[in-house]
Amino acid sequence: MDILRKRLDKLKPHFSKGGRFAKFRSVFDGVESFIFVSAKVTFRGSHIRDSVDLKRIMTVVIIALVPALFFGAYNTGLQHFRSTGLEASLMQCFGFGFLRLLPLIIVSYTVGLGIEFVSAQIRGHEINEGFLVTGILIPLIMPVDIPLWMLALATAFAVILGKEVFGGTGMNIFNPALLARAFLFFSYPGWMTGDKVWTQGLTAGQNIIDGYSGATSLSLCAAGEVGRLPSFLQMLIGTTPGSVGETSEIAILIGAIVLIVTGVGSWKIMVSVFGGGAIMGLIINAFAVNPFMQVPFYYHFVMGGFTFGAVFMATDPVTGSQTERGKWIYGLLIGVLSILFRVLNPAYPEGVMLAILLMNVFAPLIDYYVIRSGIKRRLKRVSVQVKTSVR
Amino acid sequence: MSVTIRLKKGFDIKIEGTAEKALAGAADPVLYAVKPVDFPGLIPKLNVKPGDIIKAGNTLFTNKLKPDIRFASPVSGKIISVERGERRKILEVIIERKGNDTVDFGKSDPAGLTRDEIKERLLISGLWPAVRQRPYHVVANPADVPKSVFISGFDTSPLAPDYNFIMENTEGSLFRTGISAIGKLTDGKVNLVLNGNGISNQVLGNIRGVTITYFTGPHPAGNVGVHIHHLDPINKGEVVWFVNLQDVVAIGRLFEEGIYRPERIVALTGSEVKKPGYYRIIAGGSVSHMAGDNVKPGNKRYISGNVLTGTGIAPDGYLGYYDSQVTVIPEGDYFEFFGWALAGFNKYSFSRTFASKLFPGKKFRLDTNLHGGERAFVVTGEYEKVLPMDIFPMQLFKAALAEDIEMMENLGIYEVAAEDVALCEFVCPSKIEIQSIIRNGLDLMMREMS
Repeated sequence: MDILRKRLDKLKPHFSKGGRFAKFRSVFDGVESFIFVSAKVTFRGSHIRDSVDLKRIMTVVIIALVPALFFGAYNTGLQHFRSTGLEASLMQCFGFGFLRLLPLIIVSYTVGLGIEFVSAQIRGHEINEGFLVTGILIPLIMPVDIPLWMLALATAFAVILGKEVFGGTGMNIFNPALLARAFLFFSYPGWMTGDKVWTQGLTAGQNIIDGYSGATSLSLCAAGEVGRLPSFLQMLIGTTPGSVGETSEIAILIGAIVLIVTGVGSWKIMVSVFGGGAIMGLIINAFAVNPFMQVPFYYHFVMGGFTFGAVFMATDPVTGSQTERGKWIYGLLIGVLSILFRVLNPAYPEGVMLAILLMNVFAPLIDYYVIRSGIKRRLKRVSVQVKTSVR
Repeated sequence: MSVTIRLKKGFDIKIEGTAEKALAGAADPVLYAVKPVDFPGLIPKLNVKPGDIIKAGNTLFTNKLKPDIRFASPVSGKIISVERGERRKILEVIIERKGNDTVDFGKSDPAGLTRDEIKERLLISGLWPAVRQRPYHVVANPADVPKSVFISGFDTSPLAPDYNFIMENTEGSLFRTGISAIGKLTDGKVNLVLNGNGISNQVLGNIRGVTITYFTGPHPAGNVGVHIHHLDPINKGEVVWFVNLQDVVAIGRLFEEGIYRPERIVALTGSEVKKPGYYRIIAGGSVSHMAGDNVKPGNKRYISGNVLTGTGIAPDGYLGYYDSQVTVIPEGDYFEFFGWALAGFNKYSFSRTFASKLFPGKKFRLDTNLHGGERAFVVTGEYEKVLPMDIFPMQLFKAALAEDIEMMENLGIYEVAAEDVALCEFVCPSKIEIQSIIRNGLDLMMREMS
């Protein structure tokens, strides 16, 4: 540790202004501050500061994502072995899936962090931590068979056009991970929809046993084959096909508990997304004219990416509503729209991604009205006082 | 019959080094300083030069824009230097104490004086700067008549001095006289706000001519800005004045004894002080006398005031004009190996992201490390938890950053001062300098509105 510190101190001059590697200053700073929390002291204002920083907050989110990631690895293996009809132990499933996921994670981080480093250097800023979470979110909302070059392209698109052009972490309008998914969804729909992409090897179609369809619960619903749905418990546990991280609601809820206990994720948004989903689900149940509309409303929570979106995507503080009252409205509308898109829109079997992206756009408008009402309250105070003083 | 207002929002920082309730003695330093930088927005015009012999109460400098407002020497002696900073900005006027010569301003009973006579006495004696105003949190404009006056009878900031203890060691009659003088300055109420928890000092609890309200809750429940917000909020065009408790005593002394003597009891606090305690000292005195050997060795930060809002000073620096507290904490200029990744049993935080949260009663030896780098606003909802006001903090900070005057006004800039948002700055994970942002916003408003 001391040796490492001395080493860094020795290298530092080369990376400072005028040094040999001044062009890589941001990279050096990024690596240094990653290994050692900086020795910077307060200069103005409060002399003591909270120990928390964005790195810590991002770390907590990553910890919250670990259950979903691990289950995703296991389920990737499980679905693969099911499709080929081979018996496999838990560890085999996990090992197989993990090796499949690793390239996705590596590509996502390499591309994303690479762009972050370059843009930080161009701007002369420190490297932002935002991508630490985005980099793991992106593989978790992809089908496992997605070609790596597509993933790289989508990540680059999301980071450059979704974030850096607006000024980096904290300035973006859309959730970058969802933007990556939306990019692929509209550019390469063949790779993002259908029955085959969710199971590793199914697209190639070798050694697949008869009777394995690979269809997700949502596509079964959309096709009207509600009878073939897996049981509620199966969907809750998550041993069903789907995007890597979205299938197990139990794993996601463990993450939700981590986010709520640490206060990093807004419980208000999570609760209101579920509330909005329940309301819309009940309305659709009440007016059901086809089998999909008859699916009990709570089934929606365990199908597709509803829970994943509610816990990890809607709670992004940058792209969500920033006022406390706005958070309730924002979450509620995401829930309502997700189910609405899902059930009543024939083109897309999944509505969560689009609902959240749409609400990302409207979040500032919600805040605008919440703040306006606050300003009105303030102005009212004056008129009340004038009245009383006249009397 | 009095009202109690209970606040929930806010945060008490658990930091080591509370002062023991005992007068450790009188600090009687040789050097004193009056610092124009203690008064935001002031452009000083010097009346003295190095070498001048002065009495306590002689004017050192005046406000260039409002020449009525004088700043007096707290002690008699010789001006030894005028310290200047960048662009020859006057930082400190340093006085070497000698003898006990005081200017006699004449005794009088404020009850028999008119408002203008009281103002006149405060202005001439150099005691006027003790009277401050909201909006802007600056020295009051003598031409105004405030809609009310506020005096905070307790302090909730980290390691703050106990005002009950201070009052026990202060002559009650001086305080009463001070209150009667201040009462003449307004047509409205004089609000004295006391701590709703525990019993207040006899003098404070039984004072006449004031409206007493009790507040309870975590810091900043003792901040005068919070009291004003809940009791008599400031709208555009309105002015409220406020005076520090110990300055009320100094005002009382001016009328009872006819002298300018800003003596106060100061708490020497912080984890690096060997024996934290209370000292009697005249405002502006060098802290080296009381701190001196009483501080543990090493690289320390000396703060005149509390850790949230105080001013960093040299180990032989001077007590600020409005401060009743000196804090010494360790500097945090060390690197920490993977500091953000560990469980953090010894890392103090308002957030619940460190294991230290499992020990709610523990007190910490906090240092000046920034614990991260400055970033854009990312996390939302944290500032609201530590600001007990009906205000959108983040939006207000952004409006101040953007210098959007109308928006600042709409969002309540008139009601806040840097000290009210100090906790927001403490908890900010993006390490944004919120107090400076608000101070700059207030300075801008002041320029635009005058």
